[in-house]
Amino acid sequence: MTAPDRELQPLAPQPLAPPEPGARGRAGRPFEPIPTYAGTPPFPRAARAALADTRLRANLQRATATIRAKRARAVAERDDWEALRLAGAAIKNEVLHDLPALLVQLERAVTDAGGTVHWARDAAEANAIVTRIVREHGATEVVKVKSMATEEIELNEALAEAGIAAWETDLAELIVQLGHDLPSHILVPAIHRNRAEIREIFRREMALAGRPAPDDLSDEPRELAEAARLHLREKFLRARVAVSGANFAIAETGTIAVVESEGNGRMCLTLPEVLITVMGIEKLLPRWQDLEVFLQLLPRSATAERMNPYTSMWTGVTPGDGPQAFHLVLLDNGRSDVLSDPVGRQALRCIRCSACLNVCPVYERVGGRAYGSVYPGPIGAILTPQLRGIVRHPVDAQTASLPYASSLCGACFEVCPVRIDIPGVLVHLRAQVVRQHPMGPHVPEPDELVLGVASWVMERPRRLSIAERAAGLAGRVVARRGGRIGALRGPWPVSAWFGERDLPAPARESFRAWWRRVGRGGAGSTPSGQERSRQGRAPEDAP
Amino acid sequence: MRVALFVACYNDLLYPQVGRAVVRLLRRLGQPVEFPPGQTCCGQMHFNTGYREACVPLVQGFVRVFAGYDAVVTPSSSCASMVRHYHATVAREAADAGTDPSLPARVAEVAPRVYELSEFLVDVLGVTDVGARFPHTVAFHPTCHSRRLLGVGDRPERLLAAVDGLTLVDMPHAETCCGFGGTFAVKNADTSVAMGLDKVADVLASGAEVLTASDTSCLMHIGGLLSRRGAPVRVMHMAEILAGPEDGG
Ligand code: SF4
Repeated sequence: MTAPDRELQPLAPQPLAPPEPGARGRAGRPFEPIPTYAGTPPFPRAARAALADTRLRANLQRATATIRAKRARAVAERDDWEALRLAGAAIKNEVLHDLPALLVQLERAVTDAGGTVHWARDAAEANAIVTRIVREHGATEVVKVKSMATEEIELNEALAEAGIAAWETDLAELIVQLGHDLPSHILVPAIHRNRAEIREIFRREMALAGRPAPDDLSDEPRELAEAARLHLREKFLRARVAVSGANFAIAETGTIAVVESEGNGRMCLTLPEVLITVMGIEKLLPRWQDLEVFLQLLPRSATAERMNPYTSMWTGVTPGDGPQAFHLVLLDNGRSDVLSDPVGRQALRCIRCSACLNVCPVYERVGGRAYGSVYPGPIGAILTPQLRGIVRHPVDAQTASLPYASSLCGACFEVCPVRIDIPGVLVHLRAQVVRQHPMGPHVPEPDELVLGVASWVMERPRRLSIAERAAGLAGRVVARRGGRIGALRGPWPVSAWFGERDLPAPARESFRAWWRRVGRGGAGSTPSGQERSRQGRAPEDAP
Repeated sequence: MRVALFVACYNDLLYPQVGRAVVRLLRRLGQPVEFPPGQTCCGQMHFNTGYREACVPLVQGFVRVFAGYDAVVTPSSSCASMVRHYHATVAREAADAGTDPSLPARVAEVAPRVYELSEFLVDVLGVTDVGARFPHTVAFHPTCHSRRLLGVGDRPERLLAAVDGLTLVDMPHAETCCGFGGTFAVKNADTSVAMGLDKVADVLASGAEVLTASDTSCLMHIGGLLSRRGAPVRVMHMAEILAGPEDGG
């Protein structure tokens, strides 16, 4: 069934706050302070703020609806899609199973090909390694290929502290960086911005960061892209060090692969003298041939393309061609903890395609930043708490709210190219939250009280029957008319439900009471006249 | 064939007419049905909120009450999916903790025999035309748990399409979640309501007089929003349409 697009609000361009004088960084250094996710409130509160932003919702709804429809078409072209998903999941499971041996194999292959491998336990170690390498090469700026791993460790911030400017070169990341903003989508980090906003950002900020945008810049995508091209070209030609992430690393050959759509990544990967790649340890694939599966799964899931526009692969260093020094930083940063949880570890199969974000009805309405992490949407809700150590110790309230940021509708699982059972992991993590948070004597949370009472009642049918009679009486007292309870004030969860929703009054007679009275004896089975006339149509062979 | 009805706790209390409809429908189709009075709740709300230990007695109760029946039919696809997918998880944890070592085996006996109503009608009884008449325009909401977790496919639509006089209309974004999500509806009330209001707009756009589904829980949420806004759309469980009106009502 095809559905017409929801009606969209017209997007009135709204003036952005003018730059504060003196707030910009000095030349060669981008922007300070760089915004971070620290201080994001727990999900329900962050979501409420995001929901109130009607323009954000309109931008998101339009963007996700478009990507969703395109992905569905691209996937429907393949009649072996399910087999590809199974293969993808199986290969990644093999990686997780053999991770230590495969990492050592990768290290050997990269080293043999002239690269240098570094091991980083956490963000601080990884940042220190990258900073040291940049300094050793006497550079004060780096160009960056879009990378989730470097955002996870807040590398740009660490480099800025060391006086090194990090220039994002992915178009959307550039918009986010120039807008002093935070990304809100894995693949389309500026999904919350529309064209008019982007023009404003370019006109105001490009001059402060390098080549200015033309004065007569319009919001035509072609003109915006051209302004970005010219601005970035200057940086590509000047930079001596590049920093990238990795989509895949082949243990067998030591090859690193980066897939992207714009070609800006390709410029970073080939022009500078030094290339530093930061990758999570789960990005491995055992064999070269495994790319066959993933280079089919990823583009169709991510951008709805049959084939990825720019796939860059390199193995160590090639004399006279491309960067002459290559450093690979292998990042753990909580991944070993994730691996230790038999249910939660499937989150490490993720290839960051963002298909789960685009189909998520919660993400579509609240956007990425409400998740308070570089990993938003359904994958963020299961990955962030695990990376922050929920398996081992209690976590802060914001982190603990993430596994609840889902209606468990299952749309994410349906599209995930590596078949991560996101709803299954969500309820698993909810159990971790409940288990870990009652530490010592504590004041019970309201939901704990409500569910505690409910389970006490439900354990005995007799208690349920009494509760039903009590509810029936109480319900009829508060029901106004038409047997419905309207706006009711009270503590959570009463307030939360009745803010916008009515509820039918509990029935005068519960089902159980009806059955006891007449149901058992067959009342209700006496066919009415109309039913009698049609009864003959019930099949004779009904068992 | 001995068939038991698992009515689901919230139907028992808030929507007893749904349980009565299932009884009426099955009896009309010549299928006797029993209501074992020991039943309470499948534990879904507790499980989905993370209160796993609280589920153990509920799962133990469920297998005790429904052991020995050839089939258990329920008008809640969401409870059916809890039983078929997650009772085994609860049982495994209870066994691992040493609380109840034989619970997994008992669950394996009972859980596969639990059917959502449309599955029971189509797969077990082999009926798609139940001989009902309902001369109204109807939109069908394929709930997430029925479609994605349970995999009922188009069984409900086939049953509805065979109802005399019923016009099934297309609803935009039918497969999108309505935002109920159990305790999500109150833990993340703002997001839940935002999702629900988009669903309400789709229901109204469909022009249907009646919205139906195989889960009263989603209908409670969508219906609560419709009612608060005074929208002229009735919500009815599919069983009520298939069973036809009650005697004297
Ligand atoms: S969880 Fe699956 S769908 Fe979501 S980004 Fe990762 S691979 Fe893609």
